[in-house]
Amino acid sequence: MRRTVGVTAASAAMVVLVAGCGGGGPQSGGDGKLTGGSIVLGVLNDQSGAYSELSGRNSVKAVEMAIADFKAKYGDKAIAEDITVETADHQNKPDVASSKAQEMYDRKSVDIILDVPTSSAALKVADVAKEKKKLYFNIGAATTDLTGKSCNKYTFHYAYDTYMLANGTGKTTTEQVGKNWYILYPNYAFGQDMEKSFSTAITAAGGKVVGSDGAPFPNTSGDFSTFLLKAPTLNPKPDVLGTMQAGAELVNVVKQYNEFKLREKGVGLAVGLMFITDIHSLTPAALAGTTYTDAWYWNFDQQNRAFADRFQSETGTRPSFAHAANYSAATQYLEAVQAAGTDDADTVVKGLEGKEVDDVFLRNGKIRAEDHRVIHDAYLAQVKPQSEVAEPWDYVKVLKTIPAAEAFRAPSPDCKL
Amino acid sequence: MTGFLQNTFNGLVSGAFYALLALGLAVIFGMLRVVNFAHGAFYMLGAFGAYVLLTEAGVPFWAALVIMPVGLALLGMALERAFVHRLTRLDPLYNFLLTFGLTLILQDLVKLRYGVQSSPYETPSALNGSVDFGLFDFPTYRVFILGFAVAVCVGVWWVLTRTRVGMVVRACTERPELTRAFGIDVGRWVTPVFGFGIGLAGLAGVLAAPMRAVNPLMGADLIIVVFAVVVIGGLGSIFGSVAAGFGIGLVQAWGEAYLSDFPIISQTIVFIVMAVVLLWRPAGLFGREEAPA
Repeated sequence: MRRTVGVTAASAAMVVLVAGCGGGGPQSGGDGKLTGGSIVLGVLNDQSGAYSELSGRNSVKAVEMAIADFKAKYGDKAIAEDITVETADHQNKPDVASSKAQEMYDRKSVDIILDVPTSSAALKVADVAKEKKKLYFNIGAATTDLTGKSCNKYTFHYAYDTYMLANGTGKTTTEQVGKNWYILYPNYAFGQDMEKSFSTAITAAGGKVVGSDGAPFPNTSGDFSTFLLKAPTLNPKPDVLGTMQAGAELVNVVKQYNEFKLREKGVGLAVGLMFITDIHSLTPAALAGTTYTDAWYWNFDQQNRAFADRFQSETGTRPSFAHAANYSAATQYLEAVQAAGTDDADTVVKGLEGKEVDDVFLRNGKIRAEDHRVIHDAYLAQVKPQSEVAEPWDYVKVLKTIPAAEAFRAPSPDCKL
Repeated sequence: MTGFLQNTFNGLVSGAFYALLALGLAVIFGMLRVVNFAHGAFYMLGAFGAYVLLTEAGVPFWAALVIMPVGLALLGMALERAFVHRLTRLDPLYNFLLTFGLTLILQDLVKLRYGVQSSPYETPSALNGSVDFGLFDFPTYRVFILGFAVAVCVGVWWVLTRTRVGMVVRACTERPELTRAFGIDVGRWVTPVFGFGIGLAGLAGVLAAPMRAVNPLMGADLIIVVFAVVVIGGLGSIFGSVAAGFGIGLVQAWGEAYLSDFPIISQTIVFIVMAVVLLWRPAGLFGREEAPA
């Protein structure tokens, strides 16, 4: 028995040795423009927890679709034949995210890290990218610090941020639904950030925040009724309840909002951050009439729909905006490497800065050189009543396109690249 | 005043869930000396079961309210026979690990099939309105939950104190050795009591489905508070668990309403209460100090 183990181990070692010589040597020698002769895209996100449905494994699928399309487009002329995806689960924990990111850059020879939802984890990965001088496109996280005080040369913020959400929803709702707001937010970094962004946007649009409360986070009792009951008793009575909760907590707030019939009592609902998967959980009936800001919607036009159809045939579900953004980010990175003729991070960054892009996700997109915010059109969306839902996942109508220049904040003076 | 009454009512509704879950934990602990870490997972299975029955087979809420507790009680009894039973004679840590492991397995199985995103469940149409109490109106469904939970707790109390079965179970719970000496087969009662506790958790789960987010982690979030409730009431004390359940619901609701300027306190109030109670009465409010063996 012991002999067999020894022999197996020895032959395994031999195989590794041979592979090392045959694979690594000639390729990296023959084509010095790519590290290791290949391009490796790393998708680092939540694959088992609260955000695994809106990003998770389907983000990996989206990146794989981008690679397939890139290869099909360039064929023999593609800069690399060998383009692969590495993936890891950061469990929404900043320390796990940080060590996985280091492992990806150092040991898995990853050229770029994509996705990374959860703001606290996203900021940690930005630090790693800066230290390793490797690229990082954040898609899943909301914090404006990525393009503010924590910005760096190698980090790009791709899909959305708290400013975009507050600006779209806060401003439009104040103008169209009512001026007085009651804000309910989860009492941690993301919620506090959202509360601030919304208050600013509401006040700027001539509205008023008559009350705002931080609910316990995580809310172990699952009950928000104290806050929901308080809303209609405030003076002046709020026209809008703005909830900043996300995921399962959002589901609880909305269920209980309906239970207490706040809409009938004249308090409308606005949601800070919502994904199509949340509407699916709650059913459109529970949210009918609710407005929110969306970074992308699968059934917006023919181009989006075509992508969504392909995505559905691969995954069995419709894409969230994060999935589409992952596809777009992977595509734009590969295009940039192709154009630069190398995967050297500094060269690629130079090519990306200031570039104007139009693709399935980025409409009127531009990669801002000042702070690496990727700006693009955003959408003010409203959940349809059940009677207007024509097919599964067709939950939203787009009320208004918010032009790229207005959707995002001006480059922050805090950011020094 | 109206606000105070509404908050009180809400506290009692949250408390109803704590009470049902804590009651199950208390009878299981009393009978088996097992801290059932998987209790939250069975609560989750109750809610998920209701959802699956509705979407896959069109079984309405009312039927699920019977099917799920009974089904889960049977599953609980099978698990007790197959696993828990084998470990009761060993260090309590073994069952602790076993039930914790069960929780992870059950959660992940559900996650594998249904994902982490919450699943939709509608309030049954008969309970969709609200009840007018003069000063304020309140969702009918919440009134129903409160009434139903109180009825279940009173029912359990009646069975335990007024029937022969209850007498035997109480005797087995409180003094197993002595009960055995009277010629009563304590072992025979262990499995049904375990099943009963699990059934209560399933019942709470079905009740929660229309008003809480139905997802694989819903039990894991709640169970931490429920453990605090059981400790406050006194481990193994049946009356204590119910009283502490409703009490903690009230304290939480009042804390959120009137201490909202001190979020640190309102978020941790349950554990502050627990610490104070333990300092004052180490065996919990209604628990009895273990007599030295």
